[in-house]
This record gives sequence, structure tokens and C-alpha cells, in this order.
Amino acid sequence: MAVNKKIRELQEKREKIFLGGGEQAIEKQKAMGKRTARERIMALLDNDSFMEYDMFVEHEARDFDMDKKSLPSDGVIIGSGTIYGSQVAIFAQDFTVAGGSLGLMHSRKITKIMDHALKMRMPLIGINDSGGARIQEGVNSLAGYGEIFFRNTISSGVIPQISVILGPCAGGAVYSPALTDFVFVVDKISKMFITGPEVIKTVLGEEISMEELGGARVHSEITGNAHFFARSEEECFEQIKKLITFIPWSNSRKARSFEPGEPDKRYNPETIVPGNPTLPYDVKDVIRSVVDKSDFFEIMELYAKNIVIGFGRMGGRTTGFVANQPLEMAGVLDVDSSDKASRFIRYCDAFNIPIITLVDLPGYLPGVDQEHAGVIRHGAKVLYAYSEATVPKITVILRKAYGGGYIAMSSRHLRADFVFAWPTAEIAVMGPEGAANIIFRKEIMSSDDPDGMRKQKVEEYKAKFANPYVAAARGYVDAVIEPKETRRFLLHAIETSENKVVKLLGKKHGLPPS
Amino acid sequence: MKENNDQGFLNINSTLYKTRLSSKFLNRKSYRPSDPKIILSFIPGTILDIFVKTGQNVKTGDDLMILDAMKMQNKLKCLTDGTVKKILVNKGDRVSKGTILIELE
Repeated sequence: MAVNKKIRELQEKREKIFLGGGEQAIEKQKAMGKRTARERIMALLDNDSFMEYDMFVEHEARDFDMDKKSLPSDGVIIGSGTIYGSQVAIFAQDFTVAGGSLGLMHSRKITKIMDHALKMRMPLIGINDSGGARIQEGVNSLAGYGEIFFRNTISSGVIPQISVILGPCAGGAVYSPALTDFVFVVDKISKMFITGPEVIKTVLGEEISMEELGGARVHSEITGNAHFFARSEEECFEQIKKLITFIPWSNSRKARSFEPGEPDKRYNPETIVPGNPTLPYDVKDVIRSVVDKSDFFEIMELYAKNIVIGFGRMGGRTTGFVANQPLEMAGVLDVDSSDKASRFIRYCDAFNIPIITLVDLPGYLPGVDQEHAGVIRHGAKVLYAYSEATVPKITVILRKAYGGGYIAMSSRHLRADFVFAWPTAEIAVMGPEGAANIIFRKEIMSSDDPDGMRKQKVEEYKAKFANPYVAAARGYVDAVIEPKETRRFLLHAIETSENKVVKLLGKKHGLPPS
Repeated sequence: MKENNDQGFLNINSTLYKTRLSSKFLNRKSYRPSDPKIILSFIPGTILDIFVKTGQNVKTGDDLMILDAMKMQNKLKCLTDGTVKKILVNKGDRVSKGTILIELE
């Protein structure tokens, strides 16, 4: 009997804790279109897989009458479970409990699950929904943030870290997501900023809504702080689950293999790309023409659209894709696209994911704003990331590969393992018009018919240099291939580089441009 | 932040490429060289005090006004010799970044 009673006592305690901040607070949460922290965990993880830790943790704050307040689980749920059978550690802030504010014990629960994930080498997912620091706990709250940031940093590149912003995440708190690998946001629900609308209004006299300042769209389209945009929490969870299938548990493992499948015949590489190098097309269709089941999972879809990044599988193995997008801004490299690509390349390198690069770019975007924004150091990140990456690097030059852009886009010179080129490739120091204007300036200027002469010289240059064979003659290109042969060559490259070994010079760490 | 689906042309090295142009590119500010005769607010804030009058001769280094911003009282100094042509703000005005405060000639 005594045992039964004690079990009942535990059940009652649990039930009370499961209510979080109470029914009223839960109603308020729902009214905002949000789920409760536990509901979110249940929706994200495999059924019945969640094991909760530290449910009974309570705060010890004494000041400002805090000793009279009980905060169930101290406003954050931690534990672990599985997604499609893969282990993940998770924490979810509970906005119904003191606004999900972060106090000492709240932060200790988060750092406990972070330490656990790092030790057990499994991905960490953090669901953020918090008003910020628990002011009543003063510097202890700040200490908590610092401990989290430290762990985000030392875990970086060891275990995958995923941040999900399902509510406010403001002030110092946003630095934790910024230190993680992937940030997920949901329209109308996510709010991220360092200083909020009120501070901006007081100090600067500028009025702006939370949504316009740091809503999901802003971070997906303008700032580049978010990697995945969803319209609802459900869609967001589906995106996270899909991402988990592509990435390994840690840097000492490879991503799970899946049953390979042929691409959809609708995507015909021979007809996607126009022969005229000045005409646009959607490079994602070229990716879909080569990946397993034409299943391409794009990352940062709405930001710097002139470069496309994401995951697909080749012969069942996770592969990272980086591709210039001629449909947007002619596929140029600029400040934002360089940032986007270089970080993704480093991600793939850290987690043993081969990189396939599809090249079709006219060069860098000209402009005072670009130069003043530091396109030199931003552009340099791409060179650094490709050069440093030791995972298999496979390049396909589809059409234009001019000048610095040719070098940057995973060229042989940055140690690409395989470089293939389509017969439509133009590997040259610059486009025919620009080159002819410089090389034949005198002939053009002194001609009776400068325009006719220019056209003639452009054609001469095109015939001689706007092709893949000059580069192939030097061995900078390993094979000139027909578009329809691309998947076969890529599969061959992925298979033969399965056991690639490259040792870089031992050093503490390099100094990538930032 | 409207989706821009219009196809335009982008000129890279004398070649015109048919492509979509991003709103960031379309809304970029064209460069204007800075003019020492035009005094701008370098930060949003409040005008605490104005030390000069229209028509007054000023020299490089003269204090023109105090712009209070981010809890700092910033003295705006004259960057060139000249005459105050126009004062476009009053004491107590709140100004945003880049507002023209004084024109010299």
C-alpha cells in the first residue's frame, strides 16, 4: 500500500508540473497560435520516444519575493528522444512559466542537456520561446547565458546544433541560436532582435513593429540569420525532421545512408540549360536532374538567391550542393551569397559531407555598395572554405566560369578532387565582350566600323576561348562530359572518394576572413 | 519585401545577362561624395544647442551644435571655412541619421 501511495504521489506531482504555468497561461499561449513546450517536443520527436530529465528542478532565487513563487521545471523542458530513430537531445523553453525567462536553474538545465549531447555525440535541438533574462535573478541569469554560449561554441563542428525560434528570442538570448548550425523560424511567431522596438523608439525615435524589425521573414530574406522559414509550427517540425535525416550524429560519423533512387525523368539536363550564356534558367532543376529521386532539400531558400545551397543524396549518401543561380542576379557572387556559400561549405566539411559544386557565373557584382560592404573579405571566405575543406569536392562547370569566379567555385586550383565540364562550359579569364574590348582595343578604335570590328573580335575570342577545351588541355578539367552523363560521373566521383584522406598542416586554427 | 519576379538585365563586364534583380540591388543607394559644406547628423538624436547664426562666418574646427545621442553629447564641428547659409533645425529637434542640419557656403 505504501508503495502505491508513493507512486500516486509521484503521478500527482508530475501532473501538476505538466500544467506548466497553469491553464490560463496555456490558453494565452494557444491564442498566440503557439503550442506548449511539451506539445512541441511530442510533435517533433518519434511517438513515445521522449525521456524527460530534471522535471523537478526548482529555482533558489530569494530576492523580490521570488522565494514565494514556484516555477514548474523552472520554465524549460529537457530530455532526449528520437527522430526517425535517430537520437537527439532537446530543450524547449516553456513560455507559460514566467514567460520562459532564463534564471540560474533554467540555464543549468539547458547546459546539462548540452553537456549530455556533446558527451554522447548526438545532435542538440533547442526550442527558444522566452522573454529573456529573469531580471529578478540578476547576474546569475547573465552567467547562465554565458555558460550556454560557451557550450554552443565548443560543441560547434562536433555535434549538429539546431535552434528553433518559436516565440520571442531577444537581447543576449539570440546569440545562442546565432552560434548554432541551423536556425528555424515560423511566420508571425518568431521574433529575434538585439534591441527591441521600444528601445529603438526611445533612443532613436524610429517606429517599427516587432515583425518588421525581427520577424521570421526579415531573418529569412534580409539578415540571413535564419536558414529555414515555415508558415506554421507543423511545417517547421517537418523541416527539422527532414534535416535530421541528412546530417550525421556527430563529426566522427557519416550521415545515414538511404535506398538510392533514380532522378525524375522530367528533369532533363540537356534541355534545362540554354545554350546562350546570357539567358537564365533554374539551376535547382539541374540539381534535381542528378540527385536521388530528384529530392533536393534547399537551405536559406529566401536569402541571397543568386547562390543555391542544400542537401540531396547521391547513391543514397548525403551530399551538399552549392550552385550559382543564373535565374537570380545572373548568379553573381556578392557579399551575401559569399557568406551563405562559405558557411555551408564549412558545415559540410565539419560533418563529413561531400560537396558538389555547379558552376555558372559571370563574375562578381560590381558596385560601390558591394565594395564598401567589404566584398573583398566576404568573397575571400569562399576561397578559404573550399581550400580548407578536405571532404570530397566535385565540380561541374555548366556554362560560364569567368575570372575570379572560376577560381572561387571549387576549382582544381583549390583542390577539387574532380572537375567536370559540359561542352557548353566557357572557362576563361572573362566574358568574350569584356575580353575583346581590352585585348583588341586598338583594332576596334582604329577601325572605320568599330562596332563591326568589335563584333568580329568578340566572335574570334568566343571561338578560341569560350569553351572547356583550353582548361581541359591543361588538366584543370578532368573530363568534358555530356549533360546526360552527369549523374554517372558524379556517382563515380562520390564512390571513388569515399575513403579520401587529406591531412592539412597541424595548427591551432586558421584565420578565416569574417 | 515583395517578391520581385520581373526579369531584368544585369551588366557584368560589358555583357547583358537576362535575370531577376533582387530588391536589395534595385533599392541600393547610389553613392554620393561627402560635401564638407553640408553638415549631416551622423547618428539619430536630439539637438541640444546651436552655437551659430545664419550669415555668420565660421572656420574649420568651430563648434556648430550639440547633438545628443546614445547618452553622449556630441559636438558637431565645422569641417571647412565658410559662411552659414541655412540652419535647418531648431534647438530641441529630434533628428534621424543623415538629416541635413546646416548648409554652409
